[in-house]
Order: sequence, then structure tokens, then C-alpha cells
Amino acid sequence: MHRRTRRMTAVGSAALLVSSVSACAGWGGGVGGGGGDTINVLMVNNPQMIDLQKLAPEFTKETGIKVNFTVLPENDLRDKASQEFSSQAGQYDVATLSNFEIPIYAKSRWVAPLDSYIAKDPGFDQADILKPMTTALTAGGKVYGEPFYGESSFLMYRKDVLASKGITMPANPTWQQVADIAAKVDNPRMAGICLRGQPGWGQLFAPLTTVINTFGGTWFDKDWNAKVDSPEFTQATSFYVNLVRKYGEKGAPQAGFTECLNNLTQGSVAMWYDATSAAGSLEADGSPVKGKIGYAPAPVVKTKSSGWLYTWSWAIEQASTKKDNAWKFVSWASSKKYENLVGTRIGWSSVPAGKRASTYTNPQYLKSAGAFAAQTKASIQSADPVNPGVQPRPAAGIQFVDIPEFPDLGTQVSQEVSSAIAGKTSVHNALDLGQQLADDVAKQYQKREGK
Amino acid sequence: MNKAGAWARRAPLLPALIFMIIVTQLPFLVTLVVSFMNWNAYYPDDRGFAGVDNFVSVLTDVNARKAIFVTVLLTVGVVLISLIVGLCIALLLDRKFRGRGVARTLMITPFLVVPVAAALMWKHALFNPEYGLLNGMLKMVFGDNAPQRDWITDNPLISIVVALVWQWTPFMMLILLAGLQSRPMDVVEAARIDGASPWQIFRSMTLPHLRPYIELSGLLGAIYVVQNFDAVFTITSGGLGTANLPYFIYQTFYTAHDYGRASAAGVVVVIGTIIIATFALRTAFSLFQEDSR
Repeated sequence: MHRRTRRMTAVGSAALLVSSVSACAGWGGGVGGGGGDTINVLMVNNPQMIDLQKLAPEFTKETGIKVNFTVLPENDLRDKASQEFSSQAGQYDVATLSNFEIPIYAKSRWVAPLDSYIAKDPGFDQADILKPMTTALTAGGKVYGEPFYGESSFLMYRKDVLASKGITMPANPTWQQVADIAAKVDNPRMAGICLRGQPGWGQLFAPLTTVINTFGGTWFDKDWNAKVDSPEFTQATSFYVNLVRKYGEKGAPQAGFTECLNNLTQGSVAMWYDATSAAGSLEADGSPVKGKIGYAPAPVVKTKSSGWLYTWSWAIEQASTKKDNAWKFVSWASSKKYENLVGTRIGWSSVPAGKRASTYTNPQYLKSAGAFAAQTKASIQSADPVNPGVQPRPAAGIQFVDIPEFPDLGTQVSQEVSSAIAGKTSVHNALDLGQQLADDVAKQYQKREGK
Repeated sequence: MNKAGAWARRAPLLPALIFMIIVTQLPFLVTLVVSFMNWNAYYPDDRGFAGVDNFVSVLTDVNARKAIFVTVLLTVGVVLISLIVGLCIALLLDRKFRGRGVARTLMITPFLVVPVAAALMWKHALFNPEYGLLNGMLKMVFGDNAPQRDWITDNPLISIVVALVWQWTPFMMLILLAGLQSRPMDVVEAARIDGASPWQIFRSMTLPHLRPYIELSGLLGAIYVVQNFDAVFTITSGGLGTANLPYFIYQTFYTAHDYGRASAAGVVVVIGTIIIATFALRTAFSLFQEDSR
């Protein structure tokens, strides 16, 4: 008996070895070409997109165009999209891209300009799209994407907790006022404020970059000089790190969007500065804090407003041979009519909002989203993706710098700042390293632009 | 058996072998080629041969070097601790007692949990300072004023090691238990009659017998833990100095879209793994030899 056991162990281990040694990266796969009336759509797997997939038969009924969907999680989508668009294989006609990708892809001419289609399609009503959205999806004077839904950032706070301490939230709070309120409401059972501390360019640096903007800092100046160790950048980062360390949530270096949403929903924090899209969950039926949350604009210091801008939007691949049909799909998915379709068929709280002014005059939408609709619209409208700080910049973007190198740069620096929040390093050391990394990136741009 | 007969037996397997070589080795060759190229998805015009630049940047980059260090620390720590714990549990499970089958099944379950689910469970259900089980137990035992640690923030690397040890101990235990069960009991019995103490039996008979099993499980475990990604990604997102090489590769590949540099880092991992694997294979072969003795 034991001989057999031994041999099996050996054979089994050899099999394990083969599979592990040969584990390497590979990619491939794809979708079929389809007929003349079929388009291929690549999209992220957010709930609003899944709703769209369910409602797509309506589009086919209207236009006779069939839609093939490839649905991927965000990170995989980014990878697939950059592979697909950089090679211009023409496999996908339409893809969901964010306002981070679209200007970069537009510069490389990987996505098609939409102006001529917009002009021919008055029913689409481009003027109804909120202006910061159009700006964020425009490059070189041409529109390259149509938003599906959009968000900004704002301050969420427990009205009841603040009232019990006799505190009123200012109409346009400054960061110092927010810090003072955090200090007053903070107690062992409830932290003063939740701020993201989890590493990642889209985690920690989304809110932190908006704080840096309003403190007068910037990643790069207009001549591509790295400014990460500048006094303003340092001051903003120190402020953020100190605020979380003193009055922030427990486990802050691991807390991202989801963790903070949990904390506010469960009543373990009194305030939270994050995406406007969070409000939908806080006000959902069954949420323990429904109706208890107040919404204030993103806190400021030197700028008038400080909210970020993010949108998942539709773009058409330059190599697509079915651009007309692709536009029909884009126009349908971003239309007012589609919002109404979602409202009546799925529910008004699921409407892909934050992109059209008309959404915010729709009484049915306002009935389900009344608590946060006005503040969301105001936050999006006050966002300026081109000029979010106090100085001119070499690239657009509010909570990010719109260059391909930023995800890697932001993530690496965020790991250091997260360590500073954990008390394992100082803000000074973290930003020193950040300056080196940013300098490497800046030098490439200076070289390219002949400076 | 004559030669022709042997080939007649092997020939039907040949397509499978060729298929496997294509599926497993071609991607590696491609990775090898890409590692010598300047290839960033965002700059398709700059694509070209880069020589050893990628390897130089992997080996000189501060974060890459830190990642190599963390990888070694994580692997050695996890493998050693789970070997020791696994051995203790295997020794306990080797005894006869009621419900042994149930106990064995329960002990093996952590290894069957999907790695990312296990990491999520450790991050949220156990380590979380607000609603985690660890702090909850402290409160239950010491009352409301019990110390409430922020486990991951205070000891990021140890937290990951603990989660991984939990997952890998059953694997070690399983192989060691198989080894223990193949121990010739008559010789042990004889030693006991000759007056050997349990410790003497363990040191001079059990441990030498278990040596190849310990080596095998240690090396197999090391090969897998070197590649760990789930725990680092989920628990700390590579922050607080816990980014290991696989995480570094993920970051260069997915966020920087620098395929050349990511491939070079991948090749470094494969070379490291091959070195470990060579030792593992040698151990496996020594088992075969023992078998045919």
C-alpha cells in the first residue's frame, strides 16, 4: 500500500510542477465578425451596463442592428481596450472608455471623432450633456466620447450626529472647517471622517489629488517640471494624512471606496468625502442611514470648487467599418429616451445619471434621488477638468493627470502615502520618492516636447 | 519490452504531448522575446528591440528590488512556518481517535478555499479593526476596554504571512501525513520495546523517514508561494511595503502597460522558480529511486 501512495505523491507533484513552471502570460480570444447589421461592443461590467445588456433587444427592435457584448471587469477592460485600440484591429466598434482614456486615445487617433454624427443627429441633443462632461471627452476641439453616466465628488455627513453636537455644515465648507468638525464629532465609537487610504491611483489618489489641487499643488507645472515635493503638494498631503491619522476610520491604509461606504452605512464614521455615485447606495431602501445623510460640496482651500469628474462613456474605434451603426448605438445608449426606458423598466434609482441636464428636471427621477440629485448636478457642473487648480497644467484631469504613465506613477506614490498613513514612513520621505518617480516621467515629456 | 512495442504504446500520446508543449511553452517563448523589447501599449510607434534594458531596469528599480526581497521573505516565512505547523498537525492526526476522518477533512478545507476568497475573508472577517473576529474576541474576553489592534496596518507583512500559512499548512500536513502513514510500524514497535523514548523515536526514526516528504512539500509550497498574488493584492494592495514580484509584474503590466518590463520581471520569477523546481524534481526522482530499490 505505501508504495503506491509514494508513487502517487511523486506523480502528483510532477504534475503540479509542470503546471506552475509553465504559468506565463498570454492573451487572445475575440468575437466573431458578424453580419452587416451587427456591431461588437466592449464594455465594463458595472450594474448600469448589465442593465443595458438586458435592454439591448429594444435597440435591435428599433433599428434592426444586433449587438454583441463583451463584458469585462474594469482592470481587464482597460487592458483589453488598450490592446485592441493600440493595434486598431477593428474587432470592436464601440467600447466604454473613461475620461482618463479618451483624450489619450484621441491623441493617438485610436478613436473616431463624433462631431459629424452629432451634427446629423439633432435628437441626441448634445447641448443637454453637462458641459464639464463634453469638455472632459473633447480633445483638440473634437468630441470623442459620449457619457453613459457621470460622477463628481462631494462631502457626505450624518445630519443627526452634527445636529446633536450643535454643528451646522457650512454651505461651501473649507478643509479646515471639515477638520474642525471631524475633531468635534470624533469619539471611540464613531470616527470623525472616512478618507481613502488604500493604495492605487484610482483609490487613495482620487480624493487626495483633489485636495492637492485646492491647496494649490499640482503633479506637474506647465513646462513638465515635477512638483511632487513642492510646499503646496506636501502641505496638502500632510493635511490629509494627519486628518485620517487623527480622526479617520480604523484600518485606513486598507480602506478604499467600498470600505468607507461600509463604514458610513454601518454608522462607524460621521463624514465621508468621496464619489457622488455613493449616494445611491446610502439612500437605497433598507440602508440604515437612509434620510440621515446631508450632502455638501467638495471642501476647498484656495479654489472655488474641488470636486472631481469621472465618466464611463462610449467611444467608436477608428478602425471600425460600421461607424454609422456604431453611432446609432451610442446615440441610443446615451439618450434621454434610454434613461426613461431604464426608469420605467428597471427602476428610477438605476438610471445612468450624471450626464444630462434634463435628468435633473425629470420629476420621476427627482422623486427617487431627491436627497442628493441637486448636489450631484452642482458638483459635476462646477468641475473643471482642464483647469482644476491654481496654475496652468500640461495635461487635463482633476483626480488624475491625463497621461499614460499616471496609473503606474500614482499607484507607486500612493503605496508610500498609504505607509505614511500607517505611520511607517513620513510624508516627507514618501513625497521625496514620489518626486523622483514623477521626475522620470516629466523628463520623457520634456524630451519629447523639446524643452 | 522491445523498442517498437514501447513506441507503439507512446505514439497515441504524442499529439497530447505536442499540444501541451505548444500551449505551455510557446507563451513562455513569447514572454522571453517580449522581455527584450521596448513595448508599451500607449506608444506603439516606439516598439522595438531594447537589448537588456528591461532586465537592467527591473534589477535596478528600487521598488523591483524591494519586491524581490519581499518575495524571498514571504516565501521562506510562509513555507517554514506552515511546514512546522503542518508537521505538528500531521503527527496529531496520525494517532487513532474517534472522528479522525472528520478532523482530517476539516483540517484540509483551508487549502480548498479559493485563494482570493480566503484573502478577502482574512482582510474583512478576521483582521478588520472595526468588525473583525480578532478584535471581537479580544472584546469578548477582556470586556469593552480591551485593546483593539489595527492588525494589518501595524504588521502588514505578518498579516499576509498568517493568511498564507493558514492556507498552506493543510498542504504540508497532507504530504507529511502520507509520509507518516508509510512508516514501517514494526521497526518502531521494536525500538519501543528496546526502551527508546518517544522523542528518541521521533528524532532518530520518524524524522529521517520523513525527510524526503518534508523536502518535497517545502519545495512545492515554495514554488507556489513565490507566485502568490491574491493575498498581497487583496489584503494590502501592495502597500505598506508588501508588494512582491508577482504584484510588481501585475502593476507594470496592467497599470503601466509596459509589456517589455513586465515580461522581464516575469522571466526573473521563472528563473527563480526553475532553480527551486530543479531541487524539487531531484527530490521527486529520489523518491522514485527509493521506490525501485
